[in-house]
Amino acid sequence: MPRIFAYVVHKGGIADDSAAELLAAARKIDPTGSVTAVVTGFGPNLDRISESLRASFGEVWKIANQSLDYPNAELIRKALVKVLPSGCFVLIPHDHFGIDLAPGLAVKLNAAFAPDILDADGSMGSNLNVVRQEFGGQLSAHVRCDVLAGVVVTVRPGAFKPAGSNPVVGLVVDKSVDVGPLSAGRRYLETVAAEAGDVDITRHNVLVSIGRGIQEKDNIGIAQELANVLGAAVSCSRPVVDAKWLEKSRQVGSSGKTVKPKVYLACGISGAFQHLAGIKGNPFIVAINKNPKAPIFQVADVGIVDDLLEFLPELTNKIREMQSVSAK
Amino acid sequence: MEILVCARRVPDTSENEIALNSAGNDIERDELVYSINEPDNYAVEEALQIVARVGGSVTVVTVGSEDDEEILRREMAMGASHGVLLSDDAFIGSDGRGIAAILKSFVAKGNYDLILTGVQAEDGAAQVGGMLAAMLDYPFASLVNSIEVLDPKKLKIGREIEGGNREISEIDLPCVLSIQTGINEPRYVGMRGIRAVASVPIPTHGVSDLGIDPSTVGDAGGKVKRVDYFVPVLGKGAEMLSGSREENIDKLVELIAAKGGLN
Repeated sequence: MPRIFAYVVHKGGIADDSAAELLAAARKIDPTGSVTAVVTGFGPNLDRISESLRASFGEVWKIANQSLDYPNAELIRKALVKVLPSGCFVLIPHDHFGIDLAPGLAVKLNAAFAPDILDADGSMGSNLNVVRQEFGGQLSAHVRCDVLAGVVVTVRPGAFKPAGSNPVVGLVVDKSVDVGPLSAGRRYLETVAAEAGDVDITRHNVLVSIGRGIQEKDNIGIAQELANVLGAAVSCSRPVVDAKWLEKSRQVGSSGKTVKPKVYLACGISGAFQHLAGIKGNPFIVAINKNPKAPIFQVADVGIVDDLLEFLPELTNKIREMQSVSAK
Repeated sequence: MEILVCARRVPDTSENEIALNSAGNDIERDELVYSINEPDNYAVEEALQIVARVGGSVTVVTVGSEDDEEILRREMAMGASHGVLLSDDAFIGSDGRGIAAILKSFVAKGNYDLILTGVQAEDGAAQVGGMLAAMLDYPFASLVNSIEVLDPKKLKIGREIEGGNREISEIDLPCVLSIQTGINEPRYVGMRGIRAVASVPIPTHGVSDLGIDPSTVGDAGGKVKRVDYFVPVLGKGAEMLSGSREENIDKLVELIAAKGGLN
């Protein structure tokens, strides 16, 4: 069995949630082997993360380099290519960093690339079998990778449940001198924080959330009217923001806001994983969609196959009627 | 600036319910509506806007078959100067790396300052742009949602990172960028525009034109192969309300009230 490495993303010396998920994915691929964490960075934060990873990884390879203080994927790729042994398995989270790093790393390591996996079988000789999703989650696929020359895998956030800790006392191995000076054609300048919007969707207990199914900007009023009678806010999925129908601050998802409502009405939202990643706190999810195969129905508590442009106004009227009766 | 956009024709998931075929090895492709992969369309629009500001031309390329010419013509109707089809029996069944290798050999024949792809296609792999950049030894950035030309050798770009934040970097040209949806508002293409380019010839290149070893691409060269499709079962699944609309609304109101959603 080839050696498995997990690239651990960290911020300020604290490991990202993905670290435990990569460990779980590695155990799925090889239930008995030891997993090596790789961390890059500089200074006390790197020392702190390296030390803390010893509790869960058999070995921790740390690469200290001043140019790696900010995680620039091109520099990290160059560093990894210098230290990783040929034929190894490399696990990376499938997030904005992994998408930046992993495809090019696979090319440079001459390894297979298995992107955005949700599940994996134990490695069978020269093949690794994984599960992926296509068509926005409408279908899954079994994919076979020839891993004779190694493989780079990106792991979907949330797909592998971290196992109970299996305490180890890992060894920290400093690989910095093997890397040497690094330079890149892309240089980080700054991070611009998201703009605050007119409505803070993170503070609402009920969200009427709309997706592509709302069809046009003029129809947003239908959702707003329902939100008004519910004392809710209108939030949305990515296509609504892409079309400039609502501000970015209304978007729920990994590239938008993380919300924790009690009730989440997903109207005309297909349910891409990036969207679902923004819904936390286990709310009661209602899905209304005219496509019975929409992935949102797999995660919702209640589903209705209907045209939201007709359904929502009738729902609004019903609630209004009830409210006027109880007010009398 | 000479800009190349790598595009792909895909089943339009907003227009289709994607279903498994009876053999389970592919999707049901009869009566599917195809269109340009949405992020690729944003990439073409971005290329056109850059050229409008600093001059140059936009070429759109795809790896596929004659059927895929329709998206090249659509993007030419938007304003792209050239459409190019890379097509050969040897390309069929290529994995992501195979597609990137085919594109690399086409890039090597030209003189492009900037290469754009959409961030991902229908397979959600988000891989071709990053692989192409590595093969060319060009700098790369994914999830790009703003581009500013600083000088003929340098761009200032924004990437979409977590929580709606944006990571701003400088990047040297030539480079490869994968474009995120929402970066711009792609212009409308009418039937008239498409008719106007209907007879423009589209050059086609195969293995010999591109100098590709056929054993490195297609089914033969791939390390990653899809074995089958299946219908995913992720959660416990929703309780589906299947009464009349009125009944569904009554039931739903009851449930929302029980969960504290009615105040």
